[in-house]
Amino acid sequence: MKIFDIIHNIYIQDKIGLLYNRHIGGNNVLDNEKIVSFAGKKLLRLMSLLVVVCFVSFMLIQYSPIDPVRAYIGEMTVSAEHKVMLEEYWGVNTPPQEKFLNWAGNILKGDFGVSLIYRIPVIDVIKERSAASFTLMAVSWLISGILGFTLGIIAGIKKGTWIDRAIKTYCYTLAATPTFWLALVLLMVFSVYLGWFPIGLGVPIGVTAGNVTLFDKVQHLILPAVTLSLLGVAQIAMFTREKLIEVMSSDYVLFAKARGEKELDLVLRHGIRNVALPAITLQFLGFSELFGGAVLVEQVFSYPGIGQAAVAAGLRSDVPLLLGIVIISALFVFFGNLIADIIYEFVDPRIKQQEATL
Amino acid sequence: MRSKAKICTEENKKTEALLKVKDLSLSFIQYASGLRQTELKVISDLSIEAYSGKILAVVGSSGSGKSLLAHAILGILPSNAILNGRIEYDGKELTQEKKEEIRGKEIALVPQSTTYLDPLMRVSNQVIGCVEKENEGLMKKVQREIFQKYDLKPNVERMFPHELSGGMTRRVLVSTAVISSAKLVIADEPTPGLDEKTLNETLNYFKDMANKGCAVIIITHDIEAALKISDKIAVFYAGTVLEVANVEDFKNNGENLRHPYTRALWNALPQNKFQAIKGHQPMQDEVTDGCIFYERCSKKNVLCSKGIPQFKDVNGGVVRCNNVS
Amino acid sequence: MSTAVVTVNRGVFRGLNLRQKTLLMIGLTSLLLLTIVVSSVSLGEESLQTDFSSKNLSPSTEHPFGTDWMGRDMFIRTVKGLGLSIMIGAFASTISTILAVILGLLSSAGKTADSFVSWIVDLFLSIPHLLLIILISIGMGGGATGVIIGVAFSHWTGLTRVVRVEIKQIKTQEYIHISRNLGKSRWWIATKHIFPHLIPQILLGTILMFPHAILHEASVTFLGFGLSPHEPAIGIILSESMKYLSAGYWWLAFFPGLSLLIVVLAFDMIGDNLGKLIDPKKAHE
Repeated sequence: MKIFDIIHNIYIQDKIGLLYNRHIGGNNVLDNEKIVSFAGKKLLRLMSLLVVVCFVSFMLIQYSPIDPVRAYIGEMTVSAEHKVMLEEYWGVNTPPQEKFLNWAGNILKGDFGVSLIYRIPVIDVIKERSAASFTLMAVSWLISGILGFTLGIIAGIKKGTWIDRAIKTYCYTLAATPTFWLALVLLMVFSVYLGWFPIGLGVPIGVTAGNVTLFDKVQHLILPAVTLSLLGVAQIAMFTREKLIEVMSSDYVLFAKARGEKELDLVLRHGIRNVALPAITLQFLGFSELFGGAVLVEQVFSYPGIGQAAVAAGLRSDVPLLLGIVIISALFVFFGNLIADIIYEFVDPRIKQQEATL
Repeated sequence: MRSKAKICTEENKKTEALLKVKDLSLSFIQYASGLRQTELKVISDLSIEAYSGKILAVVGSSGSGKSLLAHAILGILPSNAILNGRIEYDGKELTQEKKEEIRGKEIALVPQSTTYLDPLMRVSNQVIGCVEKENEGLMKKVQREIFQKYDLKPNVERMFPHELSGGMTRRVLVSTAVISSAKLVIADEPTPGLDEKTLNETLNYFKDMANKGCAVIIITHDIEAALKISDKIAVFYAGTVLEVANVEDFKNNGENLRHPYTRALWNALPQNKFQAIKGHQPMQDEVTDGCIFYERCSKKNVLCSKGIPQFKDVNGGVVRCNNVS
Repeated sequence: MSTAVVTVNRGVFRGLNLRQKTLLMIGLTSLLLLTIVVSSVSLGEESLQTDFSSKNLSPSTEHPFGTDWMGRDMFIRTVKGLGLSIMIGAFASTISTILAVILGLLSSAGKTADSFVSWIVDLFLSIPHLLLIILISIGMGGGATGVIIGVAFSHWTGLTRVVRVEIKQIKTQEYIHISRNLGKSRWWIATKHIFPHLIPQILLGTILMFPHAILHEASVTFLGFGLSPHEPAIGIILSESMKYLSAGYWWLAFFPGLSLLIVVLAFDMIGDNLGKLIDPKKAHE
């Protein structure tokens, strides 16, 4: 949750270091060639990761001591024949290797199977749920990014003052806050006590999908989005703050100062220019945490997103759905990392400067 | 009456130094491992003077805190620095407020390397610096003229710092000072690892500035380069200036030089005796009671270990040594 | 001019220098956490007696955190939950650290080993943390084992990178070259030169891992994949409280969560202050 701590800073430096190393000697390579080899490497990496992720996840679930049928039935009592039927439906008695090959073969054909609990194709569940989750995550990602960046810049400028301390305290506290607890507190204050927002569900109960208005959707979106945004602010704000302080103590800012540029000019001309790209990159690297946060928030607010589906699938042993979601989330995280890498390799001119000095 | 007074001050100006640094001391508060607080003294009792139209070179070995002298004059020291002593500019005390007001306008810095340029900003914007909107066009014209004079092609304007070659970087850095039309130019290590041709070229830029009436201070470790263009040489050692000599004093075996260290420096040059001097500069945390050069001096006596020698005027230069008269 | 001196002596602990202040902070927070663990262990089952005559009471002097639907004191439940969380966090972090050190050392063994380790790191980072813990927890059959292994297996990546970079840096140092030229064995160099430098970093990494581990344990338990509902865990308390939200029993969720936040913050503080001691550059901020 707290990526701005030492570990992550080193991770970022490490990452930059790796990229720089990769660049040595690659100076004369044509840009086109560079793009092709970059794309090739990324594709290879994605493929190898996906294959292993699929295999390991499948085996983890397959060899779990949890009885899937028991998990599905829960507290209900069922007759013996019914249980046998369910076992058949769950494929309990099929050998695992056969099951995996069947499943993997179908995945290659684009068939994710049928969700056991929703009884519709997994791909449809994911499509529908993803749309809802995507809105939630996109909104929070944007708000937390903009707000975090602004707060980080302010804290960096006012380093050492009470404003800086206030922002730092806010970030430290939020980084230590359990996501689901903050969601619960907001729910208690705004939905239960003040009654401003509905208590749960993405849409009102008893309204058919066609009759859901945009207003309903937005009303159900606000609290989950606020929770996720508030939490996301912490890491980006602290990162921006530290980066700005670093830039402000750089040689070039010192020189600009020696040339008579005043504090605000320095921040506007040099600070933001040099902090923005790393901050955007970090925001893309945060897709994994964003997804995790969404799972918890959706659960508390009963928001019908992909996270909630993942929890339901896990609790009730809906293997095809759970595996489908794992694959989708891996793609999502990979996509974020890919954009971050592209920013480093192709957008930021400083990489080229490093090449030149190496 | 009035006109007479005016003439007087003008005459004074000619002989008075544009910049006077008197008994400057600089130290830093630092945290060592385990968060023990220490004070690190980097400059002590340093005095120099810079005159309009003249070049003063401050010569000392690398990493001895020379750059901090430039930062102190410009008022860009970090917040944990403690500065004591007096700096006068144009006859008036140069306070922090005054520094902030005139830096970049009357005092310009020529930094030492490309790291002093914003890596994400195009060169022309950096040379022009931060100006008001209505002056932008005018400054752009001035910048183009300077670039032309320094043989920088028009496409250099749109380059990022990492695209510049070593020689181009030099010229761009010098341009930043020229565009400001400053009266005092401080060049911090302006000739790091340059080839013969670029070196001479760069030195000539500074000579030009001095000829146009600027006071120029060149801070360098390269005594040979300094001798080529300077009028006076201040020898920087362990955070202070041991001697200020005229450039003519550096000849033969250095018998006109006043301080043993200066003489040793001169004799260490390859074209002279090529003799290295024994020992090393005292570290910043070593405390000495006497002359800073005591440990390495060949002429030391009992007096030298007691108290730092005061400045003495000798043959048109100044020196901090007990054994010179 | 002397701003640094001023910042050192500002704030609550006027008169102490930064070193004393830092040590004091570490001492106090550690004491708080230790108290929680000790009291949670020493409080027996009988302290959580159900008492239906005093159920769903709002906070009072007798029950500072209120009581739940079975009349159990929420303060005692919270303390027990926190103790459990800290212990699980400690256990998982320890396993994670061991994993991280082994893999970090492995990565410095050679080029192939290094790319293998970085591939493994990428693999573990390729799906969201929370989902990974859920998967592992399911694979292990849930319960305490599931959570501990899940958390342990998902938190080692950062520290592995630290160890890897750290070893890389030390290896380029002059004295390592000299030792090698003097004919010292690899093992000798590793134990005499590399390990002593790594230990503070590893210690710091473990402590900084704690808060993450605790939060993730609570999250997974809250979702229903972790500790069983019979355990007095914070995640269980909070997921139970959801049933009573609309009834307005706010204290069921508010205080336990707040306490968890404070514990996590305490760990962060210990880590940050230790970091300052190890790396004094950070103290200049």
